[in-house]
Amino acid sequence: MSVQTEMRPLTDTVRAHETPEGIRLELRLAGPIVRACAWSIDMLIRTILYGLIATVFSFFGGVGTAVMLIMFFLIEWFYPVLFELYNGASPGKKAMGLVVIHDNGTPISFSSSFIRNLLRAADFLPFLYAAGLLSMLMNRNFQRLGDLAAGTLVVYRDKELQRVRLPDVEGLRPPVDLSVEEQRDLISFAERSAQLSLDRQIELAAQLYPVTGKRGEAGVHEILCYAAWLTRGHR
Amino acid sequence: MRQDQFEQRYQSVWDRLESHLSGLEKFRFRRSSDELPADLPVLYRQACNHYALARARRYSPQLVELLHRLVLRGHQQLYTRRGAWLWRFISFIAVDFPVSLRLNIGYFWIALALFLLPALLVGGFCLVDDSLIYSLMSDGEVSKMAEMYEPDNARPGRTLERSAESDFAMFGFYIFNNIGIGFRTFAMGILAGVGTVFTLFYNGLVIGGVAGYLSSLGYYDTFWPFVSGHSSLELTAIVISGASGLMLGRGVIAPGRYGRLDAIRLQAGRAVPLVMGAGLMLLAAAFIEAFWSASDLPNLVKYVAAVILWTLMILYFIYGGRGAGGTR
Repeated sequence: MSVQTEMRPLTDTVRAHETPEGIRLELRLAGPIVRACAWSIDMLIRTILYGLIATVFSFFGGVGTAVMLIMFFLIEWFYPVLFELYNGASPGKKAMGLVVIHDNGTPISFSSSFIRNLLRAADFLPFLYAAGLLSMLMNRNFQRLGDLAAGTLVVYRDKELQRVRLPDVEGLRPPVDLSVEEQRDLISFAERSAQLSLDRQIELAAQLYPVTGKRGEAGVHEILCYAAWLTRGHR
Repeated sequence: MRQDQFEQRYQSVWDRLESHLSGLEKFRFRRSSDELPADLPVLYRQACNHYALARARRYSPQLVELLHRLVLRGHQQLYTRRGAWLWRFISFIAVDFPVSLRLNIGYFWIALALFLLPALLVGGFCLVDDSLIYSLMSDGEVSKMAEMYEPDNARPGRTLERSAESDFAMFGFYIFNNIGIGFRTFAMGILAGVGTVFTLFYNGLVIGGVAGYLSSLGYYDTFWPFVSGHSSLELTAIVISGASGLMLGRGVIAPGRYGRLDAIRLQAGRAVPLVMGAGLMLLAAAFIEAFWSASDLPNLVKYVAAVILWTLMILYFIYGGRGAGGTR
């Protein structure tokens, strides 16, 4: 079995973590802009909550004030902790398709979530997360101070994967020997063909005219046959 | 092996793993059972193997992606901590918190010095010279402070406009304000410890100054009984928060043999029990301050209770959790 030694370009925002099983997990980091959007959504939700609580509990005298202040305290410090433990992301992050995890790919624990959210107080300095932004820009993993101290990353949550079946055509052996990379490209073309317009498929297939010897839709069909042969042989 | 054969042979493994994972990913109260399926580790390792094979054999990107997600989800479920919240909380109070404090007692002493020395110094001077307080606080703040503890104030510890507020309202206020201060004292430690040192020093100055000034006015019988009850928990908790902030700052300034980022992370992890413990102490202090300190019990009762509370707290930190699991 060949050893995977591919190097990723340094500007890429994919980070790999190797698990004890020798598997590389790939994590796609979220940058400052999308995180700022997520924070704005959370801020909006929190402001609405503050408003609602203040209105409702103003009718209950001293006990009402106590409950209101305690809830303010909890929302200020534990709103993100609660949601990060519940489903890995506060509502704002969830809306932006983000999730908070440890830098080893495991879900966030109470202690880490507690640290990263307490340190918001420092990240916020001197105004509107300027310290946090500076830290994110100076750090290759886009971590704010709280993330650094807690060892957490904010990454994109994978979207639901739609499994597509390859077009059901007869397998046909490619007329030339193909490298593994080339084989993979052909299969990839077949998998994506459903998402491409017919014109685009023809355009792409035309590049392989020297191999297929066919033009137009026939060329596309020819390549789909190769892909079918590569994945399941003659049938 | 061709991709189709590969998929047909192992699809059942992936489906089984997938169904286990979807079960585990549900919120804990909606799960059918809390047990980890017995064959989860085996299935997970198989999926890891298949993922590695699929990559090495250059199977289609779709299949590789599908397996990658399966493996990622399996990794997250297998390597997570679970359950026993209440037990962890109890053992935190009984063992972890006092043990952590003793392990990091050096930071505690430094934090205590940073808080206590300015407090005693300024307190002493304010006792002698009652105009010194004005260089610490504005006129308005000083007169408010004096108003709170005037001997004829029926509700010591509160300004006249606050005197109508119930004990409950003050309880909420103390939680919101004091625990917030404790948390911030920790967080500011990330700024190379400077923020924490400043907070401790400033609080020492103000608290010492106010105590000295009010004593110089002769408000002994309102001020000291009021603060004695909750002082043990509140002041110690602020110093402990300071200690946790200093730990974080230590990671930034002097990482020692670790890389700086690793040192910060390590120190933050070690400081968490102190921050949480200080938060709980401030919660208890808020309760005492709102309902006990503000009550009109005789001063002698309040002083006796204060002595008992101080003693219990010190004993708790010296002996709490000793011997559990070979700890000191």
